Amino acid sequence: MGRADAATGYLFIAPQLVGVLVFVIVPVGLAIWYSLNDWNIFTGQLTYVGGGNYQAALDDPALPSVLGATAVFSGGVVALNIVLGLALAVMLNRRFKGAVLFRTLFFSPVVVSVVAWTLVWGFLLQDNGGVNGVLALVGVDGPNWLQNGPTAMVAVTFTQVVRSVGINMVLFLAALQGVPGELYEAARLDGADPRRIFFRITLPLISPTLLLTAIITIVGALQSFAQIAVLTEGGPGLSTTVLVYYVFQQAFSFNDIGYGSTLALMLLTFVMVLTVIQWQLRRKWVFYED
Amino acid sequence: MRTETAPRPFGPLARRIALYAALIVLAAPFVIPTLWMVASSFKPLSEIFASPPSFFTDSPTAAAYGEAFAFQPFARQYFNSVYIALVVTLIVLLVSGLAGYAFARIRFPGRNLLFVVVLIGLLVPSEVTIVPLFQMFKQAGMVNTHWPLILVTAFAAPCVLATFIMRQFFIALPVELEEAARLDGLGRFGIWRRICLPLARPALSAVAILTFLSSWNLYLEPTVYLTSPELFTLPQALTRFTDPYGGEMWNTQLAAATMTVVPVLVVFLIAQRQFVESLAHSGLKG
Repeated sequence: MGRADAATGYLFIAPQLVGVLVFVIVPVGLAIWYSLNDWNIFTGQLTYVGGGNYQAALDDPALPSVLGATAVFSGGVVALNIVLGLALAVMLNRRFKGAVLFRTLFFSPVVVSVVAWTLVWGFLLQDNGGVNGVLALVGVDGPNWLQNGPTAMVAVTFTQVVRSVGINMVLFLAALQGVPGELYEAARLDGADPRRIFFRITLPLISPTLLLTAIITIVGALQSFAQIAVLTEGGPGLSTTVLVYYVFQQAFSFNDIGYGSTLALMLLTFVMVLTVIQWQLRRKWVFYED
Repeated sequence: MRTETAPRPFGPLARRIALYAALIVLAAPFVIPTLWMVASSFKPLSEIFASPPSFFTDSPTAAAYGEAFAFQPFARQYFNSVYIALVVTLIVLLVSGLAGYAFARIRFPGRNLLFVVVLIGLLVPSEVTIVPLFQMFKQAGMVNTHWPLILVTAFAAPCVLATFIMRQFFIALPVELEEAARLDGLGRFGIWRRICLPLARPALSAVAILTFLSSWNLYLEPTVYLTSPELFTLPQALTRFTDPYGGEMWNTQLAAATMTVVPVLVVFLIAQRQFVESLAHSGLKG
């Protein structure tokens, strides 16, 4: 079926390939071109400015704060997501009544729309809202969560983690079930205690999943637009303005398409570097998987 | 239960109680917001921020549900979200079913290179391409229509993820079935349509769930492309329940959010195994 078969192959992939070219690759090319230009929003004229937008990024007094917020948010999301996801997986990786029910409960926010989930948390985190109401019952005077910088950052990080940790929990559960039972058996016969078994056997054996999940989670956190837009709009001040939200503001609120594209390419660079690291790690550990 | 040989500080009963207690405390932030949302949507506005907080109200009312439909064309917006997600899902099933099969099973020059080109679609965040895409759709006269929401989701990242999942599935499918069909005189398209696609039902249902959810959750794209309320999708509409002074109309918003969330949650509870498996697939994305 040689040549005719090859033609069928091209035909089969054509819609996907053309789709990626038109809706991903051409736009990335255009973004690079825009980043080298200044865009006059009233006349629609492009003026070539070379590295002008890149220089503007270096001179932008807000950018260090934005990158700092991005690092704190992504770092916080990843750390909490991994620790909590692993803890839940370890607790649910045994047979007891209700294990499936709890797995379902911890997973359920994943299917709740991001905007609805964030709106409800915004409601609960009002100064006179449910969270502070519960805190008041135990005698704690809760802060006005969304109105000051550090607590607003805690709020966006926490709501993001609770919404998405279910996915990591499921991945960790699969990894834990892949650890051969004989290893536990042998360790127990040698008299190792559970903590030692966890750190010496379980953790090393699931470390590939752990690392890959960490990178997937960071890449996801770098793209958390809706959570920030709905909960804090980047505020108060710039305290929760992460890079992806800043890109949106520059390009669509301030209509600075050249600078917005420059920042978007910065975001793309971060994501690409992380993804390349992930692919390298996956190749290295491929015989560990399954 | 596992048999334990190491000595333990607590008996099994105490440990079991501790486990349940820990799980219940941890589950609170996962479960209570949704329950609170539903409960509050039936409260009169004056009781929304009652102190101390209570799940229940003495005077339950469904007025907020009526307001949600009166304040915005909410029924229309609901229909928009549903039909867009269905159209996108159908396109993705077809496109990724074809491409995933070809990348797994048909030999043609440049196959691996072209697969890498397609995978770029997974790597580039939609926030990066949206600025140029907006200009492209503006040129094409498609701003403030549903076309950008349909086309971008149906061919960019969600579809590439689907193609990836379908390829993985078809690589693992035994080739003997196809050879038998070929001897019976079926062509490639016939083999794909009659033999492979029906066997791929588990992968296709994973793809359908993932794609439906990514379209359903889309927020950045509608915010950027749509300006007419009757064209809005649900996530975007949910953020627009504000009074003329910009204050949030909490109970109306919560009623609308409840109507958005509860149907999906119910489907999830019925088909939770498929959901969990499909999202586990998505977590493995490159």
